[in-house]
Amino acid sequence: MLEIKNLHVDLEEEDKTILKGVDLTVEAGKVHAIMGPNGSGKSTLSYVLSGRDGYTVTDGSATLDGQDLLDMETEERAAAGLFLAFQYPVEIPGVGNMTFLRTAVNAQRKARGQDEISAADFLKLVRERAKELEIDADMLKRPVNVGFSGGEKKRNEILQMAVLEPKMCILDETDSGLDVDAMKLVANGVNSLRDAGRGFLVITHYQRLLDHIVPDVVHIMSEGRIIKSGGPELALEVEKNGYADLKAEVA
Amino acid sequence: MTAAPQAKADTAIQIDALRLPEGGAWITAARDEALARLRATGLPQRRDEYWKFTRPDSLTLAEAPRAALFEGGDEPDMFADMDRLRLVFVDGVFDAEASDDPAMAGLRIERLSDVAGQDLHWARDLYGTLEARGQTPVPRPLAALNTALAGDGVLIHVTSRAAKPVNLVYHHKSETSDAILHHLIKLDAGAELTVLENGPAAARFNNVMEVDVADEARFHHVRVQGRDHERRAATHVFARLGAESAFKSFTMTANGVMTRNECVIELTGDDASAHVAGAAMGDGDFHQDDTVFVTHDAERCESRQVFKKVLRNGATGVFQGKILVKPGAQKTDGYQISQSLLLDDDSQFLAKPELEIYADDVACSHGSTSGAIDEDALYYLRSRGVPKPIATDLLVLSFLAEAVEEIAEESLRDEITARLAGWLERRRG
Repeated sequence: MLEIKNLHVDLEEEDKTILKGVDLTVEAGKVHAIMGPNGSGKSTLSYVLSGRDGYTVTDGSATLDGQDLLDMETEERAAAGLFLAFQYPVEIPGVGNMTFLRTAVNAQRKARGQDEISAADFLKLVRERAKELEIDADMLKRPVNVGFSGGEKKRNEILQMAVLEPKMCILDETDSGLDVDAMKLVANGVNSLRDAGRGFLVITHYQRLLDHIVPDVVHIMSEGRIIKSGGPELALEVEKNGYADLKAEVA
Repeated sequence: MTAAPQAKADTAIQIDALRLPEGGAWITAARDEALARLRATGLPQRRDEYWKFTRPDSLTLAEAPRAALFEGGDEPDMFADMDRLRLVFVDGVFDAEASDDPAMAGLRIERLSDVAGQDLHWARDLYGTLEARGQTPVPRPLAALNTALAGDGVLIHVTSRAAKPVNLVYHHKSETSDAILHHLIKLDAGAELTVLENGPAAARFNNVMEVDVADEARFHHVRVQGRDHERRAATHVFARLGAESAFKSFTMTANGVMTRNECVIELTGDDASAHVAGAAMGDGDFHQDDTVFVTHDAERCESRQVFKKVLRNGATGVFQGKILVKPGAQKTDGYQISQSLLLDDDSQFLAKPELEIYADDVACSHGSTSGAIDEDALYYLRSRGVPKPIATDLLVLSFLAEAVEEIAEESLRDEITARLAGWLERRRG
């Protein structure tokens, strides 16, 4: 589904290379996790895949179901089925959460040549998904992320994911700033979306999220490369021994 | 501050050439006094302190510059879904046939031209009075000119809660029309009224509204200035607020080559509240100026000024806002924010926020910013599949929302938001 080959990325404004040849394939139905120390390039990978400005791809490729992601605008990538749950969701005063969601759903449907969703169907869909995430009507009415707690913001990200039903979901440090209860809610939301047609890439600093969202494959990223891949046990190993041992071992 | 001698002499000649309308004793006296005020200040000059950012020339020329008529397309009339009493002016002339019967419970409406010869006490006491008070410390010559020359306008005396809003509709049908209207609104203690104004009014429009809000009365004002690109407007709202009264005014300005909106508010009774807000959107040949002066002269009053401007293709926005807290106006709560969203490098926003405080127990804050679209927010919206032009418009509406939210009535807020969205959508191409 998601295929990344030899991806090299520079920061546009500084003469600095962040990704130095990332190779990664996420198959449909699988959950891959990327772990790594701060500054290893995990978040950069998520930004580059979703098309944030400020990065230059100097080499390599990234495709989603064979479509060249790097050649598309951010919104085209979303319509193609890519979703990024932000580490720091943005507050948008004056735009209601529902208006925003509906605009997004209809824009994606339009891009795919589908009809707009009816107001009634949309309301039903959102209410259903919101209930699972314990998001109340008040949160849906409020402006996007404005005055939301850290946990509410992350739940709102998962709600957007649940409503937009993307093929490929990237979660960037979704566990940061969450207490255990909020993390369980978020993890349940993600787990309920796991199915044979959908891939996940879970970026996290700590192993604890992976207790709740159990990955099929774990990758360790360091200094812009994936240095080791393995099963869920790799995450436990990192938790026990830290990244330094792994780096030494690979070197 | 004072005009150069030659310029002053020129405006004196222009003022001497003015001919006052016919009227009865009291209005003739009021017009003469206004003319004397105008002579004392002269017409506004570029070098005047409060005309630095806005060229007054086109507003003071003896003849109004031509303004092409604007076809609004198939947009429905403003406020069409509201039960309201419409009073229609065409190029500044009252159109009785197009207007509703002015009889309504809770208030009495008359025309300035009808009562000018009669001895209507409240009108005599109010006409030109708040305008004259508003001339210090900052002169407002175009308002004095209006008091001297206005031949028509509406006089509304509100004795209780008005059954529905009064809608002043201003049509523009002549390319060279030069309209001057002067409205008086008096709210008795505990009375309540909403005034809606919409339309371009004329090629050039000089509008004054004097609003006297007695104790515990409430006045709401929502105004949508016409979308004619070449129209010019100089407007003044003068308000005096009694104890525990409330005043709320919101103005939407989209298009217009020249707009100067002045609002002068005096909080004279304790625990009164005044909110003035504006949302302006300009594209290209657009100059829009909000000049606001709020005077706190009583205890525990609250005032808010919230002005937002979206500017593109070389448009100019101006904000000059002042909060003056007089000695003894303790526990004043004053807030002022003016912000512009510049959609390109050619547009500009000029702001002059001022606080002048002579009481020691007050909370006043002000802020002014100028910025571009927030790239992080734009990326966030696009990452959810919203195309860049639509995402940009959503962020523009988001930016304007704080001003629109100053409108108390939800249906009016929604209508204004829909108009703002329509304006943006038409420019999306």
